[in-house]
Amino acid sequence: MTTDMIWNPEIECAEREQMHELQSNRLTGMVKRMYDNVPFYRNKFDEIGLEPGDIKTVDQLKDLPFTNKNDLRDNYPFGLFTVPQTDVVRIHASSGTTGKPTVVGYTHADLDIWAEVVARSLTMAGVHKGDTIQIAYGYGPFTGGLGLHYGAEKIGATVIPISTGNTKKQLQFMTDFKATVIACTPSYAAHLGECIANNGISADDVKLRIGVFGAEPWTNELRCQIEKLLKVKAFDIYGLSEIIGPGVSMECGCQCGNHVFEDHFIPEIIDPETLEVLPDGELGELVFTTVSKVAMPLLRYRTRDLTRLHREKCECGRTLVRMDKCLGRTDDMLIIRGVNVFPSQVESVLMDMSETTPHYQLIVRRENNLDTLEILVEIDQKNWSDSIRELEGIRRRIENNIKSMLGIGAKIRLVEPNTIERSEGKAKRVIDNRKC
Amino acid sequence: MHIQQLSVFLEDRSGRLTELTRILADNDVNITALSVAETADYGIVRMVVGRPQLAKEALEKAGFSIGLTDVVCVNMPDKPGSLYRILEILTDEGINIDYMYAFSNNDVALAVIRAADIRRVTEVLEENRLKLLSQSDIYQL
Repeated sequence: MTTDMIWNPEIECAEREQMHELQSNRLTGMVKRMYDNVPFYRNKFDEIGLEPGDIKTVDQLKDLPFTNKNDLRDNYPFGLFTVPQTDVVRIHASSGTTGKPTVVGYTHADLDIWAEVVARSLTMAGVHKGDTIQIAYGYGPFTGGLGLHYGAEKIGATVIPISTGNTKKQLQFMTDFKATVIACTPSYAAHLGECIANNGISADDVKLRIGVFGAEPWTNELRCQIEKLLKVKAFDIYGLSEIIGPGVSMECGCQCGNHVFEDHFIPEIIDPETLEVLPDGELGELVFTTVSKVAMPLLRYRTRDLTRLHREKCECGRTLVRMDKCLGRTDDMLIIRGVNVFPSQVESVLMDMSETTPHYQLIVRRENNLDTLEILVEIDQKNWSDSIRELEGIRRRIENNIKSMLGIGAKIRLVEPNTIERSEGKAKRVIDNRKC
Repeated sequence: MHIQQLSVFLEDRSGRLTELTRILADNDVNITALSVAETADYGIVRMVVGRPQLAKEALEKAGFSIGLTDVVCVNMPDKPGSLYRILEILTDEGINIDYMYAFSNNDVALAVIRAADIRRVTEVLEENRLKLLSQSDIYQL
């Protein structure tokens, strides 16, 4: 790994003391701006008897109050903005499966920060001027498309802003325009890879070498599958719209976790029950404080993502703190008969077996007050046995492997290929009928 | 001599078999033999058809999962003991049958047989002077 693959070495390879000082200065300013401009924060500070001037270093972060998704909803749409609307140049909103969307605003300075962290991210994956990047994330209120877009332009790559969907056109542009980088959700990447294989497109016509995937949790097994199908090195980009969008953290070539751009987004791991900060290396809920954002800074925002932090220096030369690939969001987590189940665990079982595809869906029901889990698994369109004995053998093997992974039994149903809803954006992995 | 059988994976969903046969009809594919094996959640349709390659392509295009499997189609007189004679031969040779389906019409009976070692089945039955159908016997012109 050479240093020419680091966009901003001064920050990304900064000494710990230097980063500490930068974070402290920014946090002090942020707390003051929040107190002066947002009644919600002023009330919170007053409640615990805290004056903004009391905060002098980032070590005091642990004494500050948390913010969570409900606070955003309660202050919908613009209640948490610290600047007048005249300074806001962009608004994004996350879909929000229940209730109101989550709204975020950006000033010019915020958009600059965003382009900067995405430029760092893409450079980390090895993208540079001269690359052609096909951005197959949704353009619109969702932060994926436009987030990647401005970072890619900043480093001087050629951008194909194709957005999601229309797989046929995706493949045409990819081959005709000789895209070298693809950015989309991992589930869509797998879908594109299968379409390449099924449409008889020659490997020579696909020039991809790098994949930048995020916006949903994915396993290492799916990574291997995508790398094989698309012949790319696949990198995880992490972000959430509340913090900025994609580019909060990014995986480097060492693939030993995502580097968090902690000069802008300070991460902490807390115990979701006691809310105490946990030491590095322990699994807990990820919390971010966006110390440099102007329009809508967030203080100790609870992401509900579960992960760990590591601070040892990375072989790539970066000193930025690393977070493990997210195991899943606490709200993706299903509790079935009292057992915590993440869809990613099911994916990992299926990807470990050669006879199955990564296309699955969990259906949870309540029958006679008992939770039941059914998992639909698509058979491989080209490669399946027409012997019921063998198909049933596979089904039972999935059942056994799931049982030993999850600790609870699940009914496996084999289904025809392409029958599970393929989101061109995010995969619909779970149907929980218990809520109805 | 063996022939190719078309296998189709079908979810237990109403109208799926109708859809399958519609596509074959639209493509003018004749079905010589057909059987459905079913489990609680899915079924497998196995067919001997006039234009296997064309049928495979048309069905795949419509999203069906198709497999081509080598099977033996043996021709025998439509009278008591015919099938017994064939199965006795196979049993004596230690051949296990995975699945089979049979039908008769106009003094002729046909049995479609699938076993792991389909070559051996062919050899054994031909050695015993049994008449096996070839692809061209079924192939639609």
